[in-house]
Amino acid sequence: MTRYSALSVFRHALSGNRTWGRAWRDPDPKPYYDVVIVGGGGHGLATAYYLAKEHGITNVAIVEKGWLGGGNTGRNTTIVRSNYMMPGNTMFYERSMQLWENLSQDLNYNVMISQRGQYNLCHSPGQMDAARRRGNIMRANGIDAELFDRAEVQRRLPYLDYSEKARFPIHGAIYQSRAGTARHDAVAWGFARGADRHGVDILQRREVTGYLFDGGKIVGVQTNRGDIRAGKVALCVAGHSGHLTQMAGLRLPIETHCLQAFVTEPYKPLVDTVISFGAAHFYVSQSDKGGLVLGGDLDMYNSYAQRGGLPVVEHTLASAKALMPCVSRLKLLRHWAGVMDMSMDGSPFITRTPVEGLYLNGGWNYGGFKATPASGWCFAWTIAKDEPHEDNAEFTLDRFERGYQIDEKGVGPQTNAH
Amino acid sequence: MIRINCPVCGLRNETEFTYGADATVSRPAMDENEMKPWLDYVFNRTNPRGWHKEYWHHVQGCRQWLVLERNTLTHEIGACELAREVTE
Repeated sequence: MTRYSALSVFRHALSGNRTWGRAWRDPDPKPYYDVVIVGGGGHGLATAYYLAKEHGITNVAIVEKGWLGGGNTGRNTTIVRSNYMMPGNTMFYERSMQLWENLSQDLNYNVMISQRGQYNLCHSPGQMDAARRRGNIMRANGIDAELFDRAEVQRRLPYLDYSEKARFPIHGAIYQSRAGTARHDAVAWGFARGADRHGVDILQRREVTGYLFDGGKIVGVQTNRGDIRAGKVALCVAGHSGHLTQMAGLRLPIETHCLQAFVTEPYKPLVDTVISFGAAHFYVSQSDKGGLVLGGDLDMYNSYAQRGGLPVVEHTLASAKALMPCVSRLKLLRHWAGVMDMSMDGSPFITRTPVEGLYLNGGWNYGGFKATPASGWCFAWTIAKDEPHEDNAEFTLDRFERGYQIDEKGVGPQTNAH
Repeated sequence: MIRINCPVCGLRNETEFTYGADATVSRPAMDENEMKPWLDYVFNRTNPRGWHKEYWHHVQGCRQWLVLERNTLTHEIGACELAREVTE
C-alpha cells in the first residue's frame, strides 16, 4: 500500500492522479474470524485498527450494514474536547484527546485535527462556580482549562451579544485550548485504511440479522448475506445498541434518541473556535468551507428515524440568534439527524456483557465523535484481554446495579435529560 | 411536526406536549425486596425499533397525562388514551 507523503502527491500528480490505489480492499468474507466487529463507523474501525496494531489480532472483520462512516460518524458536529470531571470519564476523554493530537501521523492520513479551542459560556454566577470547579478538576488531572471573565470573553469573541437586551447575559466562560474539531469522514477513512493495512477485512452492505449460538455462548453472526463464525462478537453500533443486544436477549439502560445538526451557507471567517452556549443546548463552529456548523438539543422522544422535527430546528436557530445576533440572516444549507444511544447516566459502555462472546461499545449520548480513538483503543484492549483497561474500567453495565452511575450533569436516570 | 390526537383536546401540535417516559415499565410492589425488578424499573428499557407505548403530558393543553402509541422508526402516531384510564 502506498504511504501517503508530499512525494507521493507529487509523483501521482505527474501521472494525472490516475494511478492512486484503493485505500482499502473489498474482500469476500472468510468463514471464521477471531473477532467480528459489528458497525463500520469510527468506533468499529478504530477498534479493529487498535486490535491489530496494539494486540496483534489481525484475523478481524468489520461488518457494516451500509457504508463506512454513514451513521453517526458522518452526522456529528466534529467537535473534540476532554473537559470532563467525573472519575471514570476524565482520563478516558483525555486519552482520546492525546490520541487525536497524533492521529494523523499515526494513521498516515490527514484527519484535519484543528485545535482551535472551545469555550463553554456561563450565564450566571452559579454557572461560573460550576465552571471553576470543573476547570480545577481538569487541571488537577493535568488537562488544560482556563476560566475567563466577561471582559476577556468579550475581547476574544466580540461578535456575541453583550448588549443590555441579551436574553442570557454572558458572565464568563471556561476554555480548553487543546479542544477543537476534526474532519469526521477522514477519521473513518483513516482508521479503515489503517485497519485494512493490518489485514482486517471490511465487509460493507452486510447487515447483522442475528447471532449464532453454541449453548449460551455467541459464536458468530447471521447476516443478510450469510453467516460468519467468530471467536468474539463486538458491537460498535451506537444508536442501535438496544436493537442488536435485544437479539441476544439483553435489555440495556439505553434509549435511542435523535439529534439534529445544521450547516449554514458559507460565510467569511467569523467563528475561529468552538462555542457552546450555556443557557440552552447549542454549539457552533465554522467549517473550513465557511459554513457555520450548528448543533442543538434532542427531539426528546425515542426515535430511530434519523430525521428530526421542526420544533427543534426553530429552537436551535433561536438559540443561535440569541447568542450571535449577526447570524440572523444566514440561510441554512443542510440539516440532518443521527440517532444515538442515550444512556441512563449520560456515560458510555465499553465492556463485556452477561452474554459470553458478546462485547459492547455504546451509550455514547451526545459525545461519541470525540471519543473515537480512545473508544477503539480501550475496546480493543477489553476484547483482547477480556478485562477493561483502567481508563474504561467504569464503563460497565453493572455500574447501575452497584450504584456507581457516572452522571456528569447530575440529572438522574432520565435519558433525554443528559 | 408530530400531531397528537389528545382524547380531551383533539388533534394538537407536538409543541404543546412534553414527552414523559416509557409507559411499558411499571413500578414493582413496594414490598419487593429483590434487586432485579427495581433495576429493570429504574434503568433498563426495551427501547424498541418500531411501535412504542409512552407517556406524554399535554402540559400546554388539558394538562392530562396520556399514553400514546408511536412508531419510533416512522414517527407514525397510533392510539392515544388518558393514562388514568389505562389499566395494566
